[in-house]
Amino acid sequence: MKTPIQFHLNGEEVAAFADGGANLLDVLREAVGDLSVKGGCWQGTCGTCTVLIDGRPRLSCVTLAEGCAGTSIETAAGLRRGADLHPLQTAFMERFAAQCGYCTPGMLMAAKALLDRNPRPTRENVLDAICGNICRCTGYEPIIAAILDLAGASGRRRA
Amino acid sequence: MTVVVKTFARLADAAAALSTERGARFLAGGTLVMRAVNEADPAIRTIVRSTDPSLLRIVISSGRVELGAGVTMAAILAERELAFLHPVARAVGGPAVREAATVGGNLFAPSPYGDFAAALLALDATVMLAGGFGQRELPLEEFLARRERGVSVVSGVAFQRPATEAFRFAKVTRVHPKGASVLSIAAQLPLASGRVAGARIAFGAMNRTPVRAKAAERALEGRSLDAAAIAPALAVAADGTEPADDAIASAWWRRETLPVHLRRLLLGTGLA
Repeated sequence: MKTPIQFHLNGEEVAAFADGGANLLDVLREAVGDLSVKGGCWQGTCGTCTVLIDGRPRLSCVTLAEGCAGTSIETAAGLRRGADLHPLQTAFMERFAAQCGYCTPGMLMAAKALLDRNPRPTRENVLDAICGNICRCTGYEPIIAAILDLAGASGRRRA
Repeated sequence: MTVVVKTFARLADAAAALSTERGARFLAGGTLVMRAVNEADPAIRTIVRSTDPSLLRIVISSGRVELGAGVTMAAILAERELAFLHPVARAVGGPAVREAATVGGNLFAPSPYGDFAAALLALDATVMLAGGFGQRELPLEEFLARRERGVSVVSGVAFQRPATEAFRFAKVTRVHPKGASVLSIAAQLPLASGRVAGARIAFGAMNRTPVRAKAAERALEGRSLDAAAIAPALAVAADGTEPADDAIASAWWRRETLPVHLRRLLLGTGLA
């Protein structure tokens, strides 16, 4: 039996039908068509499916889709504005923080969750923010550098 | 596989549904149950969930702490009055897991998970259960002994707030900053005239469920926390434990290293 659910996705209202017990990841990809969200483990282990629900990072693969009715969901697809990349995406590009790219959507959203709440994080803050996201290419340092770079740049812009 | 999802505004109704539906499982944060659903676990035919606001309560009054079963690790980290529990909550997964993982769910986490439950065991927590018969309470130790035989819906936990500096926690993991436990240790060590009075020590990942270290507790009674005085407790630290061999560590390794990490925790010589 399918259940209708409505939520906001990257600022736009969307409606979809979810199979009973469907996880949010599958609904976003298969019912809504947002392929920016990646599925890696479907066990809540790898972090590549990270999205923001009402501003908080969540693993969409272990999140019941039905439970997301009425929420506001952000995915990597909503980061860019037209032709302009989000500053996080630019920082990742400039620091070569993506190689195969599979972890990147989850890394971006985990980093956004951090910077939205703490615009001037320490390295320790960054390590904690991405500790649930597995990357098997970069060795993490370029990702950490990209996030810290952006935080530093944001600080300079505010100053 | 499609399962039926039933959502109830009142926890009592959810508890009633859980007790009457075959193959029903209560969904809290989803980190355990949704994983099983994704793997098409045939034992799960119905997901029961509740939006009862009482599940999210955090009540701290007259030294007593009461946490609704739906309180997340992130909510605990946001509560300054629960600072003694912050190292425990922070040890549960990364930020996205901490936003989902709940106090109640952790009581059902299979070894090597369930570090928060180990902490609650050291705090002598009681578990509040909801059912058609109303609310009742069980000591956490008894609850853990019964949990695999099926229990009702957990509505919350309660415990006395420990004295300042009396509560300690360490998680030993091979992956930093986040990883499953080789083992975890929680201890409540009240001191009277510099000597331990009423110690509570619990281990995670040293048994099928978190387990009290009763032999070590007895050996610590009346002792000061110095190297010579704690030696008898370390000698019996692994008594009553039955750790598993898994991908994180062997049972032998867990038993051999347990006294080392307990020693560090008791002496306050740094995290494990």
